[in-house]
Amino acid sequence: MGVERTYQDINARIKAGKAVVLTAEEVIEKVREKGVTQAAREVDVVTTGTFGAMCSSGVFLNFGHTKPRMRMSKVWLNEVPAYAGIAAVDAFLGATELPEGDPKNNNYPGEFRYGGGHVIEDLVAGRDVRLRAVSYGTDCYPRKSLDTLINLDSINEATLFNPRNCYQNYNCAVNAGDRTVHTYLGTLRPHLGNAHYSTSGQLSPLLKDPHFRTIGIGTRIFLGGGIGYVAWNGTQHFPGFIRDKNKEVLCGTGGTLSVVGDLKQMSSHWLVGASIRGYGASLTVGLGLPIPILDEEVLEYAAKTDEELYAPVVDYGIAYPEGNPEDIAYVSYAQLKKGEITVMGKSVPTAPVSSYPRAREIAGILKTWIQKGEFLLGEPSQLLPGPGAGLAGKALKIRDK
Amino acid sequence: MAPEKIVLRFGAEKADKPVIYHLAKDYDLIINIVKASINPHKEGTMVLELTGERYAEGIAYLREQGISVHPLTTEVVRNEEKCTHCGACTVHCPTKALFIDRSSMEVRFNEDECVLCLMCVKICPVKAMEVKV
Ligand code: SF4
Ligand code: SF4
Repeated sequence: MGVERTYQDINARIKAGKAVVLTAEEVIEKVREKGVTQAAREVDVVTTGTFGAMCSSGVFLNFGHTKPRMRMSKVWLNEVPAYAGIAAVDAFLGATELPEGDPKNNNYPGEFRYGGGHVIEDLVAGRDVRLRAVSYGTDCYPRKSLDTLINLDSINEATLFNPRNCYQNYNCAVNAGDRTVHTYLGTLRPHLGNAHYSTSGQLSPLLKDPHFRTIGIGTRIFLGGGIGYVAWNGTQHFPGFIRDKNKEVLCGTGGTLSVVGDLKQMSSHWLVGASIRGYGASLTVGLGLPIPILDEEVLEYAAKTDEELYAPVVDYGIAYPEGNPEDIAYVSYAQLKKGEITVMGKSVPTAPVSSYPRAREIAGILKTWIQKGEFLLGEPSQLLPGPGAGLAGKALKIRDK
Repeated sequence: MAPEKIVLRFGAEKADKPVIYHLAKDYDLIINIVKASINPHKEGTMVLELTGERYAEGIAYLREQGISVHPLTTEVVRNEEKCTHCGACTVHCPTKALFIDRSSMEVRFNEDECVLCLMCVKICPVKAMEVKV
């Protein structure tokens, strides 16, 4: 019978300053040295991290009331529209929203120099942002228009709420077509000219708990430089496994998180507006999860290495846009990180689009917070559905009746 | 006479024309190719030093050929504060001036190898690669 721990045990050790915390990179070394059984006895928590563009991000804002009062039925922040179809002076600004009049892809490939993600970066950096609003006027909210400046300190709340972040695994994108394409995974040259991949592999949070044994509603996390929480499963949370030709399980894939946190605690080092050429604006989000080592099995997965974690190679030239993506091959993160993979007999240079050094930094910061007793583990009120739940995506049918 | 430094950028259709030959032969220019990078699709960038009386005519000839010509007063620099070391630019840099140090996975920039093709400036999602005049 191996070691078993509860959240209470671990938090007591954190409070006593005795918890043994390793990053997802460090724990690999530990397991190599001592074996899983012994390492599980020693290690309480493993920290993970990821830092990449996460389009499904945004912020709920409450601006405070003007005199006379205003309902604010349409709102723009630095000319980027925010959704105001909720209560007075509340709005939701999404990371991919573009300013009105943006040339978009009219001058292909578009530059997307400024969008919702950049407004969020400006806010979190404490810079002034122009707030423009209009309303139809009511007896209780008579004001019809507003043009002013706000910043993070001057407004009541700014709650980062990201409906789909932290993808468990992601496609490695190539282009089998014969013209350059500009995708959310970067610029891909024709005839398999290059390959882009996006997770932090052995540091990536959900790759290290593929059965969702420790992640659920209320899990406390590193979010944008502050403390946040897992709010729910992310949209399109369809956890499963990728399997090789012989149907052997390679590693997890398909899980996502919905996360929430106070923007006022966060920093523009960990929330950075992104301009993805030919695709759009986005927000680069820093996110890290602690994995409590409840038993040996949890540790075994948390100690998986880049050699044991795989990404599916998908053609973004033709197959993906058509809606028929097919996994051309599976390549390990170790191969991807070396800078070259072989696809359909051709050697293809690779590049990441999410930052491994920043992911490592996040895992390190989270480790320090826990060691100092500043961050206790949040026991999930309910775990997220794992691969056993059999969740799968539905295609949208186009119909008129 | 001091040599003039210029940057040429040309598309695939121009790469086949022997422009360098014509510069030397028709305009009596002394040409030093400082750096050059031409990708498999035959688009490329060249940094040249030109010396000769008929320099201005030579430049006019290049422009007539549809080649973009700029004086080498610009420089591409990396804003270290902004760069997140995502790595996205590395595979697009034709000379590997931007490359990943595989042990740390950090992105390094070797200015000496840069041919000012501006690919990274277009690619970088956080606008960390800047053109300095
Ligand atoms: S401009 Fe950028 S992409 Fe082009 S050679 Fe210089 S560093 Fe590389
Ligand atoms: S694309 Fe930009 S942020 Fe990413 S490594 Fe290159 S310079 Fe740095």
